[in-house]
Amino acid sequence: MHILSVLIMALGAVLTALLAFQASDGVMSFHAALMALFFLVAIVLLHRRRGNLNTDGYEDGIIRAGAIASTFWGVVGFLVGLVIALQLAFPVLNFDLPWTNFGRLRPLHTSAVIFAFGGNVLLMTSFHVVQRTCQARLAGGWAPWFVFWGYQLFIVMAATGYVLGVTQSKEYAEPEWYVDLWLTLVWVVYLLVFLATLWKRKEPHIYVANWFYLAFIVTVAMLHIINNLAIPVSWTGTRSYGVWAGVQDALTQWWYAHNAVGFFLTAGFLAIMYYYVPKRAERPVYSYRLSIVHFWSLIFLYIWAGPHHLHYTALPEWSQTLGMTFSVMLWMPSWGGMINGLMTLSGAWDKLRTDPVLRMMVVSVAFYGMSTFEGPLMSIKAVNALSHYTDWTIGHVHSGALGWVAFVSFGALYHVVPIMWGRQRLYSLVLVNVHFWIATLGIVLYIAAMWVSGILQGLMWRAYDHLGFLEYSFAETVEAMHPFYVIRALGGLLFVIGSLVMAYNLWRTMRGDLRAEAVPVPLAPAVGAAS
Amino acid sequence: MTDKPIDDVSGVVTTGHEWDGIRELDTPMPRWWLWTYYACVIWAIGYWIAMPAWPLVSDYTRGVLGHSQRAQLSGEIAAVKAGQADLTARTAKASLAEIKADAELLEFALAGGRSAYAVNCSQCHGSGAAGSDGYPNLNDDDWIWGGTVEQIHATIQYGIRADHDDTRDNEMPAFGRDEMLDPQQVDAVSDYVMALSRDDGVADTLPGKALYTEHCVDCHGPGGAGNMELGAPKLRDGIWLYQGDKAMVVDMITNSRAGMMPAWVDRLDKVTLKQLAVYIHSLGGGA
Repeated sequence: MHILSVLIMALGAVLTALLAFQASDGVMSFHAALMALFFLVAIVLLHRRRGNLNTDGYEDGIIRAGAIASTFWGVVGFLVGLVIALQLAFPVLNFDLPWTNFGRLRPLHTSAVIFAFGGNVLLMTSFHVVQRTCQARLAGGWAPWFVFWGYQLFIVMAATGYVLGVTQSKEYAEPEWYVDLWLTLVWVVYLLVFLATLWKRKEPHIYVANWFYLAFIVTVAMLHIINNLAIPVSWTGTRSYGVWAGVQDALTQWWYAHNAVGFFLTAGFLAIMYYYVPKRAERPVYSYRLSIVHFWSLIFLYIWAGPHHLHYTALPEWSQTLGMTFSVMLWMPSWGGMINGLMTLSGAWDKLRTDPVLRMMVVSVAFYGMSTFEGPLMSIKAVNALSHYTDWTIGHVHSGALGWVAFVSFGALYHVVPIMWGRQRLYSLVLVNVHFWIATLGIVLYIAAMWVSGILQGLMWRAYDHLGFLEYSFAETVEAMHPFYVIRALGGLLFVIGSLVMAYNLWRTMRGDLRAEAVPVPLAPAVGAAS
Repeated sequence: MTDKPIDDVSGVVTTGHEWDGIRELDTPMPRWWLWTYYACVIWAIGYWIAMPAWPLVSDYTRGVLGHSQRAQLSGEIAAVKAGQADLTARTAKASLAEIKADAELLEFALAGGRSAYAVNCSQCHGSGAAGSDGYPNLNDDDWIWGGTVEQIHATIQYGIRADHDDTRDNEMPAFGRDEMLDPQQVDAVSDYVMALSRDDGVADTLPGKALYTEHCVDCHGPGGAGNMELGAPKLRDGIWLYQGDKAMVVDMITNSRAGMMPAWVDRLDKVTLKQLAVYIHSLGGGA
């Protein structure tokens, strides 16, 4: 087995090294060299670990690595977001250079926060949760480490590709064909590791968090492969042509992108909620029945909702109808997760006063509830006619991304790091509190600015005078956005500062430092109060 | 169910399983949640019956309301057009002078012209029509090809150096590049032209005047008066199409330049072209 692993890695190293020398463009050379380096380092590590692969207890090293990677990519992604927010307010910050242009930095931001930050949080927490709730060590020996480092390589190739101008111009699926292939390989190994760990579980039942993780992994594999089907111009070049064309391409793209939101940013993070909220609150999950019904409803309905991104376009009207109606039906299944998250705190609401980490998670669930109400609302054609193509969409995305995804991730990180490094508690709960308030204020500024800006923009675009002529030129609507773009950047700045406070706090916790501060004492549970 | 453990705090039965310390309550689904969910599903089914919804083999279910968003769009556009029909018809028949003389047609022309300007012209001439480097300011009364409403109408229709037989066209020689003037001579003419634009009486004393009279006066006129027939800009005022410093003038005489404006006659309808001419004329046009 060991020899086989080394041989596979050696084959990979030889092929990619050849490609690095034979490539028809510079970026392909660079990326092939990165892959070759990856395989060489893997061979060295496999050789050094030979024979003493630890198989006892849980695999926690990968969770520690995941916590560091999540924090790092989070800060990077938020920073790039701040830069592009400032570019929109002050275009001079594009610096007239191709590498720093908004068009290249924008996918860098979206990929960094969704796939690098969010993806690493999902890898880390899924490896943590599946081991704990199955009472089984991660399956596959070094395979989880291949998933982790392979995923980091995917991130680096995607990010450097964007900056150097390599993109297939599909939103949230910008990486070119060879990076997509690499991710497919990593993702299939991830699925196998997860399934094999479930297979060897010592618990009779599979915990609800694992259903959500599995739905996320399987569906993302399907979405990724189908949306990225492409024919490379040359096996040694970065360029490719997608197999979909016209409105079919648009529909496939938004089927992908909407379900990336549904299965990556919703199902995956609901899995996080289903483990860390009851764990932190030390209360049972509110309703098992609700979890079953909302899980199956959510995954069945979500997959239909993509066409609501293409209202009033060349997409046939019947398809728009389905996208809209399924989005509205999705409202309650989404809220099932919110109810289960919030109501799990019944009997432990007082902990919100003493535990800022739990407070962060609960606020994230509240933001989840808000944005999963706003989503179906915006999918209704009459509303969409106003909101589509405006900043309202950006505000909606960020109430979900900052309020829900990032906050529940921060909660999970604050929970995981002291446990994984064997610390008595976090370095400072006061700093968690500071992070919570700065980031919440940042989110509120961001969302409020984008609501006002988006609705203003939509109203200006559709304004007619009494004789039936358009009221505004496009440039005038852009000019009207400026103050809101500045407020949005300020909100982003606060969010970045919050994430730096978190990074500092986690780093001190990892080092084993304890800040001298009064630790709040929780009240004793009100036993039997409801009986 | 009774053999399942009961949660002390809530008094609710649990499912009896435990994962890493996490248990699950067997709480029934909240009624309001369930009924809202049903209501959304029923609403969706109703919507499918009413509107185009499900694909068939070579068609789709049309819905009992027979709605079509293409028909809706054409209907909305037709309604606006119908509201404008009378004014549009009268504008089509009227001359530019008649439009200006009729208060109703003038209001219609100014509104339509402003809107058409915002969509088609503001990209180069600016939202406020103040122009920018290489794009004339339309608010002042300095017109290269003429500032009457008819002349403006012609410029908009046929463009400048555009792909149209009637386009306004001219070419200033590249005096320096084509070695008609040496650099010292270019410098001398530039000094003269800069003095003309300052209008401080110094110009006549400068050595460049003789060269100007020899090479430039045929188009730009005596004393830099300009010639709108030829599209030769007036040099006597302080208004410049490109940045008005000496380096620009030297570069202009040396290399020449020729900006272009598209011909709009085949892109916009006749009524819109008239409205645009009246609107632009209202900004800074002359007699």
